[in-house]
Amino acid sequence: MIEVKNLTKRYGEFSAVNQISFSVRKGEIFGFLGPNGAGKTTTIKMLTTMLKPTEGSVRVCGFDPVRDQGSVRRTIGIVFQDPSLDEQLTAFENMELHAVLYGVGRRERDGRIEKLLRFVGLWDRRADFVKRFSGGMKRRLEIARALLHEPKIMFLDEPTLGLDPQTRNHIWSYIENLSRERGVTVFFTTHYMEEADRVADEIAVIDHGKIVAQGSPASLKEKVQKASLEDAFIALTGHAIRDEEASNTDHLRQVRKFIGRR
Amino acid sequence: MSAIYILWLRQLKRYFRARIRILSSLGQPVLFLVSLGFGFGHLYQRAGAGNYLHYLAPGVIAMGILFPSVFSGIEIIWDRQFGFLKETLVAPVSRVQIVLGRTLGGATTALVQGVVVLMICLVAGFRVGNFWLLPVALGFMFLIALLGNSIGTAIGSALEDVQGFQLLMNFLVTPLFFFSNALFPVDGLPAPMKLVVSLNPLSYGIDGLRGALGHTFMFSQAIDFAVLGGITAILLGIGSLLFSRIQL
Repeated sequence: MIEVKNLTKRYGEFSAVNQISFSVRKGEIFGFLGPNGAGKTTTIKMLTTMLKPTEGSVRVCGFDPVRDQGSVRRTIGIVFQDPSLDEQLTAFENMELHAVLYGVGRRERDGRIEKLLRFVGLWDRRADFVKRFSGGMKRRLEIARALLHEPKIMFLDEPTLGLDPQTRNHIWSYIENLSRERGVTVFFTTHYMEEADRVADEIAVIDHGKIVAQGSPASLKEKVQKASLEDAFIALTGHAIRDEEASNTDHLRQVRKFIGRR
Repeated sequence: MSAIYILWLRQLKRYFRARIRILSSLGQPVLFLVSLGFGFGHLYQRAGAGNYLHYLAPGVIAMGILFPSVFSGIEIIWDRQFGFLKETLVAPVSRVQIVLGRTLGGATTALVQGVVVLMICLVAGFRVGNFWLLPVALGFMFLIALLGNSIGTAIGSALEDVQGFQLLMNFLVTPLFFFSNALFPVDGLPAPMKLVVSLNPLSYGIDGLRGALGHTFMFSQAIDFAVLGGITAILLGIGSLLFSRIQL
């Protein structure tokens, strides 16, 4: 479903993503792990048509995200790292807007919205403004919204960030459901290693823009002789904290953009 | 088409739900109408120029349209900050459709606001000269709204965060209003000032509106329409271009 070959994104001298290759099979739950600033979000952006790669080739459902933007966009669903709902609209209105943007016909629209809002347990709150929703409810609504146009692949960028264990559990059970019952291919990132260990069929670990390990959770643990995925992850990517580096490059990108505009 | 419609509808819903914003953006034109209109009215009359309220009202109506319409264009920055922009930008619709939906929605709400200001002006003593020309007046009001929205879209697309916003409001949008024919007649102005006012697209909008509401023209209505429409189209193009270049 996803084929990535020698994918690279450079900002000037800095390579955010450097010659990575991997593939994701149909119906698979694929975990894309890495420390902050490793290149996870940059990769997702390139896979989902938001960013043009510097080099390399990408196929999503057989389509090229650069040349065939529209086809890729229609076949994927995205849950972003940061919230992307309109808080001044109700849950139902957010769903409706998405349905219209994705060309879901009027006849199917209401039925699908009801089904999905029930699926994430928000049907009773459909007429409430999103600004009154908790973080977990917003996340669930975003998942329901991303499913509205029946995508073949779901991209989830840290879907459980900042949520309590109950909600996280809930959300992962939805995601597993998607894959097992609907055959949707799932591509996700997360910092919670136990979660990745539990739900992912296949994992790729990215660090400094390069993939340092790939395989099933069990095979990764075996490779570095660790009991938990968290230990394996640290063995693979080292102990250094990356926060500073990430915000620095973010900052550089901003400056570059600003100067570029003038 | 349906994408344009749903984004237009979104702007309308957001507008009518933010009642406090409606009230606060009506405050400014009313303040100008009352303080300047009644404050300078007798001087204007004594100078033999006629009824100042009749002169001022179209300018105040334009003000009531311009500021909210620029603001609703600039809302792109907020949508970027609160994340909703992404939802529209990764949807399988063209950026042009997104800009059109947003712009038409923002312009519609600004037009509503302009009509409310017009009614307040009527209460204050303003009289419409020719009711048959009211559709023409509404047309000019809508063009002013589009003008403001296009400026806002261009600014909102070019800026990455809210910091530069106040600066641009102060040095671009406010002068656009003050250096127009909104508050004072252009005859007898010093030549450089007259030039600035004549180069300001808003002057043509206000002139057209003033003419249609039954009072004096500075330019002719055809020129007003051509200049305002032309500049609005260009700015809309620039705004769309900048919007289509937004990277997430």
